[in-house]
Amino acid sequence: MSHLTYDQSKTIANKTIGILAFITVFEVLFALLGKGYLVEGFHISGWITGGAMMVLSIVKAYLIVYEFMHMKYEVPGLVKTVLLPTLLLVWAIIAFLAEGKYWGTSRVNVKNPVSQVESVE
Amino acid sequence: MASDTLAHDHHTDTHSGGSWKGGSEPFKASYGKLMMWYFLLSDAFTFSGFLIAYGALRFSMPTWPVPDFVFSTFPGGFHHLPLLFVTVMTFILLASSYTMVRAVQEGHRENKRGVVVWMMWTILGGAAFLSCQAWEWNTLMGKEHMTVTTNPFGTHTVSGKYLEGDGHDIKEGDTFVAGDSYLMHKHEGEWAPLKYTITDGPDKGKEGQQTFGPKAFGALFFFITGFHGFHVLSGVAFLLIICVNSATGLYARRRNGYEMVEKIGLYWHFVDLVWVFVFLFFYLL
Repeated sequence: MSHLTYDQSKTIANKTIGILAFITVFEVLFALLGKGYLVEGFHISGWITGGAMMVLSIVKAYLIVYEFMHMKYEVPGLVKTVLLPTLLLVWAIIAFLAEGKYWGTSRVNVKNPVSQVESVE
Repeated sequence: MASDTLAHDHHTDTHSGGSWKGGSEPFKASYGKLMMWYFLLSDAFTFSGFLIAYGALRFSMPTWPVPDFVFSTFPGGFHHLPLLFVTVMTFILLASSYTMVRAVQEGHRENKRGVVVWMMWTILGGAAFLSCQAWEWNTLMGKEHMTVTTNPFGTHTVSGKYLEGDGHDIKEGDTFVAGDSYLMHKHEGEWAPLKYTITDGPDKGKEGQQTFGPKAFGALFFFITGFHGFHVLSGVAFLLIICVNSATGLYARRRNGYEMVEKIGLYWHFVDLVWVFVFLFFYLL
């Protein structure tokens, strides 16, 4: 439970929504800048913009979970039981993206099952 | 081992009345709030499964529809405004998350009027978000003819020059380079892929025509944003019920700082949290 007064928690909520809104606007502008929509002929590598977006999204997720959902004010045991399992996702993301890359490179070795069906008919 | 543990627990219990006897709250949270957290955890895994599937399939395709091209329409007949409409949607959801926080805060100080007013703003935000999503889906399905199994958003893999126009954005003689996006249109109810001359690479001089984009895009888009939209819809329904219950004074009588509002608040913020990642995967990357 939070030990903050009403006014303190109100100030925190106002600050948090401000930061979230700022990050969102920044993300969109950065994505458009990187893809060359804002400045003619100017591009940023997708790895840099993509990486920045992911970091900023995690910051947004932190603010929503810790401030809006009050995770910051829960006891450590509760925080751990909710957040530790999500760490398993880190490996799931790495493994499945690597798998996706492998599917992509293996595509040339696969006969198109749709055209096989058509040739039978 | 098991019996050792049990014996040990029994020992602690008899002496200190420990956490295992019931009646105490080791996490200092009620059962309802705790279960909401674990439901949200399981829901997070479901959404992660969907988004990881999106990532894996996207990585396995040689080309993928460019989001700033696909999502560039705006109500009122505007085109070529990349990401503007989804940014508006994001802000609506963020704003409704803020009003939810305010409702919970008013609940903590047992201010019934404050709870009801801020919850009504939240419901309005949820409804506005759903309306935006309805418009977005309607545009994609009705005007651009994207379905679960058809994806008219393609990407050129060669450079070339169009031999015909489609009466929309592409005119005869328009040139394009590899990596440019296009939207295949229907002509009199039939798909009308435009023909073009290839101007570089080993097939230079040959004729080519537009093809459909990766099929999985439509299915992933409609299933993931649909699943999220369904969460918003059920959230709005629960918000309505809890708003009415607050207004009738049901929660005020419980004297527990409007805990029910706090629980639906957790759910509502989670829906916002998921949108952060849907926004990242579908629109920003």
